[in-house]
Amino acid sequence: MSEAFEELRDLYQEVILDHGRHPRNFRRLDGALHAKGENPMCGDKVEVWLKLGAGERIEDAAFQGRGCAISIASASLMTEVLRGKTRDQARSLADAFRTLARTGACPVCDAVHEEDIERLQPLAGVAEYPSRVKCATLAWHAMEAALKGEGSATTE
Amino acid sequence: MNDAPPVTAAFDVQAIRAQFPILTETVRGRPLVFLDSAASAQKPRAVIEAMVHAMERQYANVHRGLHWMSERTTEAYEACRDAAARFLNAGSRDEIVLTRNSTEGINLVAHSYGRGVMRAGQAVLISEMEHHSNIVPWQMLRDAHGVELRVARVTEAGELDMDSVAAHLADGKVGLVAITHMSNVLGSYTPAERIVRLAHEAGARVLLDGSQAAVHRKVDVQALDADFYVFTGHKLYGPTGIGVLYGKAELLDRMPPFLGGGDMISTVSFERSEWARVPHKFEAGTPPILEGIGLKAAIEWVERIGFPAMEAHERALTDHALARLSAIEGVTVIGRAQDRGGVISFTLDRAHAHDVATLLDRQGIAVRAGHHCAEPLMRRFGLDSTARASFAAYTTRTEIDALAEALTRVRTFFA
Ligand SMILES: Cc1ncc(COP(=O)(O)O)c(C=O)c1O
Repeated sequence: MSEAFEELRDLYQEVILDHGRHPRNFRRLDGALHAKGENPMCGDKVEVWLKLGAGERIEDAAFQGRGCAISIASASLMTEVLRGKTRDQARSLADAFRTLARTGACPVCDAVHEEDIERLQPLAGVAEYPSRVKCATLAWHAMEAALKGEGSATTE
Repeated sequence: MNDAPPVTAAFDVQAIRAQFPILTETVRGRPLVFLDSAASAQKPRAVIEAMVHAMERQYANVHRGLHWMSERTTEAYEACRDAAARFLNAGSRDEIVLTRNSTEGINLVAHSYGRGVMRAGQAVLISEMEHHSNIVPWQMLRDAHGVELRVARVTEAGELDMDSVAAHLADGKVGLVAITHMSNVLGSYTPAERIVRLAHEAGARVLLDGSQAAVHRKVDVQALDADFYVFTGHKLYGPTGIGVLYGKAELLDRMPPFLGGGDMISTVSFERSEWARVPHKFEAGTPPILEGIGLKAAIEWVERIGFPAMEAHERALTDHALARLSAIEGVTVIGRAQDRGGVISFTLDRAHAHDVATLLDRQGIAVRAGHHCAEPLMRRFGLDSTARASFAAYTTRTEIDALAEALTRVRTFFA
């Protein structure tokens, strides 16, 4: 039984369960950039808010939504790592994260995003589940839509 | 209940399993526990061999060649129609239209009966527990043809609300009732005979979606007096790409064709074409030949086991599964219909169905999670998604115990 448990743990690491249960920055932001994201395959929905401050850096990031532990944990972790990023940095981190989620690794990311990717590493296990990759990337699509001034994004 | 012998003596589940090559596969180093047969069933060797035999020994296009191979292949393919007619107890083999799947059968009726026979201002009555494939074609008919779409309610217990059906039929405007014979989410059967009787009294025709029901229970379209009945081969241990639409001859005769092309005509000139007789009128183009041959083998395989034995086996499994799942704290089974089959939807407190399914898969157990192509039903129960375990002839009690134990482990994750 404990062995079986270990196998479950490698995908659902404590970080994911914790952020899934107690999402950080789970709130709305007034006067912020905003977009909705939806995964029509499974009905997961998130809304993302980004407040830009001095130098067009992300001063605050928040989200609300409903979905599986992976999509909620990913959104929650995203709001944490986005702080202080410029638009370009945020976009490039989104690319890096998508690679991580799709392939389980991001060898070229290390140089630029080493620290952030390490924070997001617990989500790399979804690469084994193509149908779940979109759960992990949903909030990131919404975040990019918010930066572009588009109101919504879908994973399709 | 747990101590009762799980199956009748005639039913040897291990002997049945031995006929399914895929069941010896392992997933993540464990024997496959496949509890997703309602989405698509695994295939017995008889079906695989029938299709391979055709490809290796006896194959050509059908209905056209005058050569030996074509004649033999035509016979083998047309034997599927005979098997389907016997399987549903149709009055005649000409009442069997071979389609690609249930979805195509429903679209055919929505198009040919809906546009060809129904009049604007009439209504189609569906229910809250339909699969999207028995919702969307009627919406398309509504938008294109001015037909009203009505929806009968489902009770909290997950049964079709017959008062609601009667109320919708009361004004006599309903021309067609299109309702599932068994819910792919809740496992509930609908009282098909009563639906047909009420509908006929109100002047409406009835299409039953037997995608699930025909797999688990003997269907007799004449006893039901159904006007149309559809099922899909791949859920009945047969191949994908083949389905069956039964239609009463008098209705099929009155309906215009669905798709145009070869095989569905008797003569063609640039001025006009004449349609082939029923059922070929509805079968344009080269049909799913290999799939038809596979479906015939599947039907014969099911008939050899027999529904009485299969139903008893599946009922015992379902009772056992309901008891085991309900005993797990935090698990809620959706629906508690009196008359139900081996499809069980459930939720786990504080856990999303997708996480549940992934964590079960991690333990080698395949279940489905999501809205099961029945979003309106999910909404009816205030849910986004459920996990669903479904059973087949090859499902064992041990597999259900494995599900219950794995689910208990998943629960501790999210507790
Ligand atoms: C009740 C019901 N109706 C219709 C369908 C559609 O079957 P198919 O996709 O084979 O056309 C399904 C299966 O998914 C079903 O369960």
